[in-house]
Order: sequence, then structure tokens, then C-alpha cells
Amino acid sequence: MSLRIHQDHSRFKQIVRGKIKSNLRKYVQKGEMIGKKGKDTISIPIPFIDIPHFKYGHKEQGGVGQGDGEVGQQLSPGAVQPGDGHQAGQGEGDHSLEVDVTLDELAQILGEELRLPNIERRQNEKIVTQKIKYTGVNTTGPESLRHFKRTYKQALRRQIAMGTYDPARPVIIPTREDRRYRSYKLQELPETNAVIIYMMDVSGSMGDEQKEIVRIESFWLDTWLRHQYKGLESRYIIHDAVAREVDRDTFFHTRESGGTMISSAYKLCRDIIKSDYPKSAWNIYPFHFSDGDNWSADDTRQCIEMLREDILPGVNQFAYGQVESPYGSGQFIKDLREAVGDSTNVALSEIADKDAIYASIKDFLGKGR
Amino acid sequence: MPKSLTPPLARLKQEIEGHAREFGLDFFETIFEVVSYDELNMVAAYGGFPTRYPHWRWGMEYEQLSKGYEYGLSKIYELVINNDPCYAYLLESNSDVDQKLVMAHVYGHCDFFKNNFSFRHTNRRMIDDMANHATRVRRWIDKIGVEKVEDFIDRALSLENLIDQHAPHIRRNPDPQRAEDEMKSNERVEGFKVNREYMRGFINPSEFLDSQRKKVEEEKQRAKKFPERPQRDVLAFLLEHAPLEPWESDILSIIRDEAYYFAPQGQTKIMNEGWASYWHSTIMTRRALKDDEVIDYADRHSGTMGTRPGALNPYKLGIELWRDIEERWNKGRFGKEWDECDDLRARRSWDKKLNQGREKIFEVRKHYNDITFIDTFLTAEFAIDQKLFVYGFNDKRNSWEILDREFRKVKNKLLQQLTNFGQPIIEVVDGNHDNRGELLMAHKHDGQDLKGDYARETLRNVQSLWRRPACIITRYDNKGVLLRFDGQNHTEKKIDL
Repeated sequence: MSLRIHQDHSRFKQIVRGKIKSNLRKYVQKGEMIGKKGKDTISIPIPFIDIPHFKYGHKEQGGVGQGDGEVGQQLSPGAVQPGDGHQAGQGEGDHSLEVDVTLDELAQILGEELRLPNIERRQNEKIVTQKIKYTGVNTTGPESLRHFKRTYKQALRRQIAMGTYDPARPVIIPTREDRRYRSYKLQELPETNAVIIYMMDVSGSMGDEQKEIVRIESFWLDTWLRHQYKGLESRYIIHDAVAREVDRDTFFHTRESGGTMISSAYKLCRDIIKSDYPKSAWNIYPFHFSDGDNWSADDTRQCIEMLREDILPGVNQFAYGQVESPYGSGQFIKDLREAVGDSTNVALSEIADKDAIYASIKDFLGKGR
Repeated sequence: MPKSLTPPLARLKQEIEGHAREFGLDFFETIFEVVSYDELNMVAAYGGFPTRYPHWRWGMEYEQLSKGYEYGLSKIYELVINNDPCYAYLLESNSDVDQKLVMAHVYGHCDFFKNNFSFRHTNRRMIDDMANHATRVRRWIDKIGVEKVEDFIDRALSLENLIDQHAPHIRRNPDPQRAEDEMKSNERVEGFKVNREYMRGFINPSEFLDSQRKKVEEEKQRAKKFPERPQRDVLAFLLEHAPLEPWESDILSIIRDEAYYFAPQGQTKIMNEGWASYWHSTIMTRRALKDDEVIDYADRHSGTMGTRPGALNPYKLGIELWRDIEERWNKGRFGKEWDECDDLRARRSWDKKLNQGREKIFEVRKHYNDITFIDTFLTAEFAIDQKLFVYGFNDKRNSWEILDREFRKVKNKLLQQLTNFGQPIIEVVDGNHDNRGELLMAHKHDGQDLKGDYARETLRNVQSLWRRPACIITRYDNKGVLLRFDGQNHTEKKIDL
């Protein structure tokens, strides 16, 4: 019985996966995914997985209900529940199905759909963690690991063998020898660590829409890299004319009005790497988002210098996303393209609007670095 | 895996069964199995049958049920299968009072399955047949491939509601040969028998003969038309006339068999749930309940009876209606005298002490289905007491609202909702439409339009079985429309009805 439903269940999940895949472009542009994120899973609405029938539109149909209220009174939202047509008193409604997908699975789907190459790790399996794995049952062990079922089974077996078991009064008393304990082994798991350093321009020209784009895009970058690396850390830097490190929440919700000095962010980024992430042990990913309107050509020059000398040599990939703002798109991406565009570990992407996120993810992750 | 009853549960069963019999319930032998929550979800996902043909939608049901349980939105308490013996499931983690309630409820259902006329033609060995269906489908999967079979099942399921609910009760063409002979004998029209030749012109004037000939001609035309009369069992029509591969007809016939098996449950939902609730409440409160179980019982019972404004709870509506009937027949609140009495005070204190209530409800549970039940016994007083109303969607306000509390309208809406389980009535009217082998169906429009996107998708599935263009006549915004799908494109043509 159990086997049966699991087959049907996994077949269903497979179909859902196909649905997600074909709708992925739509999901990628949608911000609410991020809001819906649970601990490891995300709820995705799947449209129309029900089998079509000739039926009435629920809204045309209406129905009979029960309770207080004057004629003309509105029913509270959710009071009318679409049911299946076989149930008396309930009309058929439009329902979309919400399915839970793990982030890992989502990343896989993203990878398959965008044909993202797996990342070549620069730093391999340096850091080791330990994990407890329960491997069997033992006759000794701490009481906290006592295996109740096995213990009683053992006692029952013994009592039957000794002839002291009375089915009419099925009392089983385990003795010391009957006790069974779970036994475990310590496993050493190699782990590859990576860090993403997000940088965002929060100057006056970066509006809510631009930040929304950054938020959505970084969600997908995060999801993919988390799928590729077991231990992933994230750091957040915001900057206008000066840069500071903030927490995630502040990162996405700060708005400043000052000018833009990108070099301030790169400087901070460089310092963070230097102090916390030795390149021998870490895979490092700086991602920078801005509308590309830097303060001066001189500042841009400083940025490029820093990139060439300090940042690029130590990181897996440096990525810059230029988000188009109401004030147009700045010069910075062109400058970068000229100066470091040929480097293998630089990814540059222009993001005109939400529709462009999909392609931009590919710009960023398509190199497999 | 399901376990048989533990000794304490077996004792409870014996007790409850005894009460049920004492009250006059009459049921098949009932087998209870104890299952874990996960197992209950699985069985429920399979519509009550642990062995069902493989299909993803059971997996979807299962996902929804388990999620509903995890989030604390829903919990299945009882699950009974109409079979002889009846099978019912008990949740192993339930308390004794829950188990007693469920058992009492289950005996109510089993009595209903055995005695209500709607179930008379159901297959009482369905548990075996379902397993056989599963084996057949599996065999086809091995032979044809899972993708193809599943795809076909999807399409067949899309048409599963296109059956004729009343078919099991109607015997059609008792003798096809005789019908044919009759037709032949009618070919020559001679009019009434004439004994004296000179009276022929008088007894059978030529106009009469002409009209008779015309009638015969029409009859023959109709016979040529196929189907002869509009056929509501669209699945049967497809099985007989669509160019299906053997494996396709086999699967389609399985889907049809199962749809017919479940149809009576859809036709008697209110009665059946109401009846089972009436009996669990009667058995528990009059016999089985212990003092320390009262609170838990009341909590569980009221949980089942809860109502939401925008939906009818069949348990609640059913149990109230059964109680109302019982009270009316106990007090003699029926018949001419009662109907004609318009003195409110007299009506309110009306009690002829007939005590025919119990007898009456047992009789009603035999001969009615939801439609006739509501039609006959839902009174204006009852509708007011139960605060029934009609609701509808207000496009301007983009919300649902209460439209009416007028008794006639409430009753009519309810009956409309119950007709054909609240689903549109579709018939095959022509299997050779336009003389091009197209399949023409008609929707018997009753004021509600079909859901357009679903209709088009369904039509696509009909076409794929019929292999020729499929059409349906319906009405949108009061205008006649012919929807057609030719295998490539959907078209929509305005027509006069």
C-alpha cells in the first residue's frame, strides 16, 4: 500500500517539476517567491494541474449558504470555498495548487532550464566537518539512545522462549540484558566553503524598482550557489559616497540620497576578503549592483585598479550587474568592459527590467566559475 | 499496513454494533481496520480503495491531504467503502470516544449503503473489481508504456463526469431484435384493418395514410440518425463508436465503471452524511457515551457540524433535516390539515403525538435521493431556522454576497446545485454531424454558462478519442455557440438555438 502511493506521489512530483520548469521564467521575475521562502522550501503555485471537465464557472454559479447576515451583505473573503463538484452545496472553483519545493530542487530546475554549468571549484574540500551517523544497534550505550522497540522485542522474545509470556496479560518487562541501544559512527565530511559579497549602490538614483530587481536576482544567485556549495556565507555592503557593511535586511531596505563613489565599496570588499576569507580556503564571489552612474572618472579608475590588483586575483568570479534606473544607465559597465571585460573571471550584465533577470542570471552563472 | 482490531477496540465494536442493531439499523458485515495517519491519507487519496490503478492524481490527493493534516487544516475521521462486507478505517491514534463516534457513524453509512435505492445497482464487490482494474491498467502499462497509458487516463478522466447518473435504473432496449421487427412491419402503411373493401376509403382516408407514412418515414430517419435519441452516457457512446484501440477501450470502460460506482454517493451526500451523523449522535448520546467523554464528544461533534457562510455542510444540513422529519412525523405536522393551517400559534404548538418519526425516517432513507429528499422535506420553516440563503458573486464589488433569503429561491438554487451533482448535463446528439463523422454534443443549458477554458480543453480530449472533429453546442451570455475542435484549432461559431 505504501509503495503504491509513493509511486503515484513521485509521479505527481515529476509532473509538478515539469510545470515549474515551463513556468520558470515567470517565477524568476516574481518577487513574492522570496517572501514565501520557508526554512528550506518554497511554496510555488502551479496553475491548472486539475484535469479539465465540462463544468460551470463557479462565479456564474453561486450557491446556497448558511448563517446570519442581511441580503446584500458581503461574505468575508475565503468564506466561499471552492470544493469539488461532487460535494453537495459546494461549487467548483478555480484553484491553483501550491506545492512545496526545496530550494535545492529549485536550483536544480533553474540549472537545467538555464543550462548552467556546474561551478568549477577553485578551492577544493579543505574544510572538514563531522557528522553523526546512526549505523546500527548495540547491546551497550547511553540510556538516551535506548531503542525502545528493539528492547521490548528482545524482552518479548526472551519471555516467550522462557515460557513466561502470558498473552492474556501481555506484560513485558525488559531486563538489563534485553536493552538495545542505537549505535553511531562519526563521519568526516569534507566541505567546500564559499562566500558571496553583495554590494549595492543605494544612492538617490537607485529607486525601489531597481532594488527589487537586485533582491530578486540575488535570491536566485544565492539559491544556485547554495546548491553548489554546502557552506555558503553572505556579506552585504551598501554604498553611496561611502560604503558600510550591513545585515541582509538593511541591505535591501536602505535608501540614501548622496552621490556615488563605487570605489568605497570595492575598498571595503577588498578589506573583508583580506581579513576573513583567505583565498586558500574560500571560494569567493563578489556581486555588485549599481545603475552605473559613478561620481567621477577618477573614482572609476581607482575601482579598476583595485579590481585588477586586489580583487580579481583572489576570487572565483567578480560580477557586476547594471540596473537601468529612471535616470538612464550609466557609464560604469562600459568602463569595466573596456578595462577588465576580457578577464575570465569577470561577468558583466545589463538588467533593463524584471524581464531581463532571467537572462542576467545566465550572464552571471553561465561561466561556471 | 492496516491492523485488525485490538481486543479493546474489538469490544468497542461489539458494543456499538449492538446499539446500532437495537435501533434497527440494518447493515452488511462491517470490517474495521486500524491505520496510521499516513496510511489513512493514502487510502483516502485512493478514494477508499487501497488498491487502485496507478495514476499521478492519487499522488496529488495524497499530497493535499497530508499537507492539510500537517498544517492542521483538516483531519480525516472516517472512511467507509460501500462493499459487502463494508470496509471502514479507524485512525490508530484516536481516543476511545473518537473511535466509538466513528464506528457509530460508520454503521449509519453501512445501513444507508445497504438500504437506499440509489445503491441497489452498485457493485458490492467493488473492492475486488478495483484491484482487477489496477491489474488491467498495470498490464497495459507493461505492454504499451507508462507515458501513453497515463496520457490516455488523463484524457479519459477528463470525461468521467459524462455519464448518465440514472442509467443504472433504466433498462433500455429490452429486446433489440423485437424493436427491429416492429420497425420492419411498419414499413408498409396500410392503415387500420378493413373487413369490407368498400369501406377502405372511409376508414383510412388518404390524408390519414399520408400522415401515417410521413410518421414512419420520420421514424426511419430517426433510426438512421445516430444516436437515435440524445445520449447522456457520452462514455458509453465513445466506447461503442469511437475508433479506440483495445487497450484504450479497456481503460475507458474502467473509468466509466468507477464513475458509475461512485455516482450514488454523489447523489445522496446530504442524506447519507446526515443519516450517519444522526446515528452517531443518537447512539453516542443515548447509549455509548461515558460521563467523562462528554466534553470530547461534544467537541468532535460540533467540529463536524460547523458551518461557514459560503458553503453548505452536508453533515449539518442532513442531520437537521432528518431530525426535522422525525419531529414532524412525531407531532403529526404533515398532511392536509397541517398544510392548510395558517394560524402561527396553532402551528407552533401542534402536536398530535403520532410518534411516527422513527418509522418515517427509516422509510425515507430507503426511497429518496438528495434531490427528492430536499424537494419533499425542505420546508420554509426549516430554511428560516437553518438560516439558509442564496449567495452569488458581485462583479462590481468583486466579492461574494448574500443575494436572497426567500424560501423558493433558496430551495430552487439548492435543487439546481444538486441536479447532476451540480455539473452540466451534456448529451451526444449526433455521431455523424454535418455528414462528416464529426461528433456533436449539446449542453442542456439551465441558466449557467460553461467555464470556457475548461470546455475547450475537454473538447480537445473528446476529439482525441473520437479522432474526428468534436463539437459542442452551448450558450454564452444567452447566445447560442458551437464550439469545435478539429485536432488543430478551436473555433467558435454563433448559432441560433
